[in-house]
Amino acid sequence: MDFFLQSFKDGNFSWQMLLMWVIGGLLIYLAIAKKLEPALLLPIGFGAILINIPLSGAVTQNMAGIGEVVGILDWLFDKGINASEALPLLLFIGIGAMIDFGPLLSNPKLLFFGAAAQIGIFLTIIVASILGGVFNFSLADAAAIGIIGAADGPTSILVANVFKSSFMGAIAVAAYSYMALVPIIQPAAIKLVTTKKERAIKMAYNPKAVSRTTKILFPILVTIVAGLIAPASVALVGMLMFGNLIRECGVLDTLSDSAQKVLANLITLLLGITIASTMKASQFVKIETLLIMCLGLFAFIIDSIGGVLFAKLINLFLPSGKKINPMVGAAGISAFPMSARVIQRLGLEADPKNHLLMHAVGANVSGQIASVVAGGIILSIVPGLLAAL
Amino acid sequence: MKLMLNATSNIAATLEILWKGMLGIFIVMGVIYLAVVILNKVTAPRKSKEEENKEND
Repeated sequence: MDFFLQSFKDGNFSWQMLLMWVIGGLLIYLAIAKKLEPALLLPIGFGAILINIPLSGAVTQNMAGIGEVVGILDWLFDKGINASEALPLLLFIGIGAMIDFGPLLSNPKLLFFGAAAQIGIFLTIIVASILGGVFNFSLADAAAIGIIGAADGPTSILVANVFKSSFMGAIAVAAYSYMALVPIIQPAAIKLVTTKKERAIKMAYNPKAVSRTTKILFPILVTIVAGLIAPASVALVGMLMFGNLIRECGVLDTLSDSAQKVLANLITLLLGITIASTMKASQFVKIETLLIMCLGLFAFIIDSIGGVLFAKLINLFLPSGKKINPMVGAAGISAFPMSARVIQRLGLEADPKNHLLMHAVGANVSGQIASVVAGGIILSIVPGLLAAL
Repeated sequence: MKLMLNATSNIAATLEILWKGMLGIFIVMGVIYLAVVILNKVTAPRKSKEEENKEND
């Protein structure tokens, strides 16, 4: 008790820390009671409490008479994220091993929906930059905030870290929270720009057979193409496609299984609690955090609307009977497989015989590729602009 | 004044990020699309004459 009161007197304990406990508790509640991305929000929530205990041993402290004592969370952050973005990149091996690109390979036109649904990233960068005049956002911060629109947690963390954004905690929480809220955000955004008649458009599903050779060559090709156009994307795209190659090669089933389950679970377990080390009260309890949450929501909405409008644009050139259900465009965001399921549900809502799942899955996995390419492209463009400013 | 100049140059920079970024993504996806179309054509299992005749009928 004396220590607790002394902490107050010494200024080691503040109301902001108490607020972080509440935020941590809220994240744990959302993870358990509402099942919102529990694998990440629960470790992040617990970590937020862990590091906001006065003089917490989980983070680096200066001890009188001893000097600096490195805390486990700071060490994990330093080695696992700061040094080479190892944790988010290794997670991509697991994600790549989980993805079946079959529906996309049998209908490669869906690749363009993944591209169109990244527009939210760039419009959010513009808005964040405009707000940066009032709030404390640099161009690098604005770019890192925009990447929330990639709907891809590891990419958001990686870009925020490369740009040394001090808002990484808020960016990670926003990215994962909105991914979990896709079933709420997307229907509202889609209904805003579509009529019931458009949502009821049926699409025939006649998948072409995809050869094993194509499935094996695809990850290698994507890595080379993305690497030649945006070299900074090689780490992101390369790890994703490495995982997919392990899955598709057919001779590494045990490794593929380990990547999908053991590796992905282990990294997820550590990634959440490591990210929490950036949620120190002094860095997190700011008006900018609230603003980042709003900008993240904006990015997700614009991504969805952008995808829908792109599909509508394509429809102008297609004969009747071959029209695309514009909702499939919204599945071009990377949140897999939530977004595809949302589109299937909305299709059935508009017409009980309207099954769009496989088209939406194709667009959704294309969003996975497009989001990492977007991350890589931003990593390629922004440093040059920062140097010129 | 300096703040306004910074904000203006930042906005110009973000517009550059917008067009270069979206163009870059579409180029990457376009090249991958072409590669997949070619791969699908090259690696498609050859149809037997019977199957081709059935399709023509």
